[in-house]
Amino acid sequence: MAIIKANNVSIRYITGDFKDIGLKEYVTRRFTGKYHVKEFWADKNVSFSLDKGDMLGIIGTNGAGKSTLLKAVSGIMQPTEGNMEINGSIAALLELASGFDGELTVRENTYLRGAMLGYTREFMDKMYNDIIDFAELKDFQERPFKQLSSGMKSRLAFSIACLVSPDILILDEVLSVGDGAFRKKSGDKMKQILENGVTGILVSHSVGQVREMCNKILWLDHGNQVAFSDDVKLYCDAYEEFLITKKLPKNIEDVEKLAQDYEERKRIEREKAQQREVEKLQNVLETGDSDAALDAAINIIKKHKPELLK
Amino acid sequence: MIEKLKKNQFLFEELVKRDFKQKYKRTVLGMGWSLLSPLLQLLVMSVVFKKFFGRGVNHYTIYLFCGTLVFSYFRESTTGGMNALMSNARIFTKVNVPKYLFLFSKNVSALINFGLTLCIFFIFAFVDKIKFGPHFIALIFPICCLVVFNIGIGLILSALFVFFRDTSYLYDIFTLLLNYFSAIFYTLDVYTPTVRKLFLLNPIYCYIKYFRVVVLNGGIPSISYHVLCAFYAVVAFGIGAWVYKKNNHKFLYYV
Repeated sequence: MAIIKANNVSIRYITGDFKDIGLKEYVTRRFTGKYHVKEFWADKNVSFSLDKGDMLGIIGTNGAGKSTLLKAVSGIMQPTEGNMEINGSIAALLELASGFDGELTVRENTYLRGAMLGYTREFMDKMYNDIIDFAELKDFQERPFKQLSSGMKSRLAFSIACLVSPDILILDEVLSVGDGAFRKKSGDKMKQILENGVTGILVSHSVGQVREMCNKILWLDHGNQVAFSDDVKLYCDAYEEFLITKKLPKNIEDVEKLAQDYEERKRIEREKAQQREVEKLQNVLETGDSDAALDAAINIIKKHKPELLK
Repeated sequence: MIEKLKKNQFLFEELVKRDFKQKYKRTVLGMGWSLLSPLLQLLVMSVVFKKFFGRGVNHYTIYLFCGTLVFSYFRESTTGGMNALMSNARIFTKVNVPKYLFLFSKNVSALINFGLTLCIFFIFAFVDKIKFGPHFIALIFPICCLVVFNIGIGLILSALFVFFRDTSYLYDIFTLLLNYFSAIFYTLDVYTPTVRKLFLLNPIYCYIKYFRVVVLNGGIPSISYHVLCAFYAVVAFGIGAWVYKKNNHKFLYYV
């Protein structure tokens, strides 16, 4: 049984000048015909399905509808058309640090977040120490949240979402939190979680991350689904090529062509790099400080054939 | 179902805690201040109005207190609740949580304030030599109605406030007018029976009157009066719940 199944999901956003207006303004605009609401489709006919243990990477340029799709998966929004079947509990990490309260302490915020993600008090009591340990915030437990650094805040958010072991984990550009050490730790944690059969969705602008962690891939462009496939390498290649050529593939041949172009480009780049390396070395030898070259030669001779120097 | 309730209960408790800490900033005097304001209002009104409106009214201070007690709970609960969605917009646009919990949680502190003021009310009544008796138990009924009514109005207002930001100003004016129409500091003796009936269209007046009948007259209102009180509460709550249900996924476009 699929854990997440999206059937032709389309989501329509409304925008326009209706925000932040008062009743008075609304009525006058209605009467003068100046009330305009624009609609646009953030996602059109997106379909995919994930089984237990799958990790889906969603790629696409800005405004492709990735975050909106995640909102539909996590139940914050409803598809305007089509439907979404979800079987399991969801921990969604959309924009990490939001939803925390600056006045509350780290401990209180942890419990509040746990409650929002749908866990019980007993469960949070049990997990609390692990969460704080993982976030490395042991000395900050009673500090007001607003006094933490932004890295600490993201670390806490990440730790809560990961350690509470949901069935479905949604990550929106969150693996790049914290310093290098924590990033490595969180990456390892993610892999461990995925091995335990959690179904995940990862949105990332780093194609490398998607290559490394995902076994399925969904490519969106301006709300349209370009592809949903389990050939992660092919589509990552094609996507990276697309980022340069800006030519959207229309069919599988296009995709393969893009991927080939990508391989070709990579190969040329590698060759060029090697070429440059060789040139650099030659340059050093030819135009470099002659004394340095001589010294090096003498050192080598000293080491290997000391009798020559006598 | 039970599992879901339990989860929601945990979230509800945490939200209540948060709202309390936000409101009183961890000060001990915080609660005291919010109690003091209705009492000061009562003091001023009873000093000023006693000579004008209090003639011929026994226990005028208690008569007045019935009014301010109910009305200040109504106002505090609804104006506080109005902000429930907007102030939590950052949460419900990122996490899928039942939105009505924000409102319920805001209502709790108003309810606690009301409870404390109610205790003071009873002390005043005792000092003023009001006859206490088992009929006081009947007060539970208007209190329950009032809680449900306030939640209903809070639901409607908080949704309206998301759509129209000037709702708060309009509502301020509305409560001021409602205050004068609720017969808080005057009696209806001078009006004709028809006009008196018209006052029953005001739910707040109905609840205030219930209090007065029990506390000052030592009686219990008729069955039909109970039905009227419950009717207002159910209608307000029903409309509120409907508004939330209908707009559940629309709020996020407006914040």
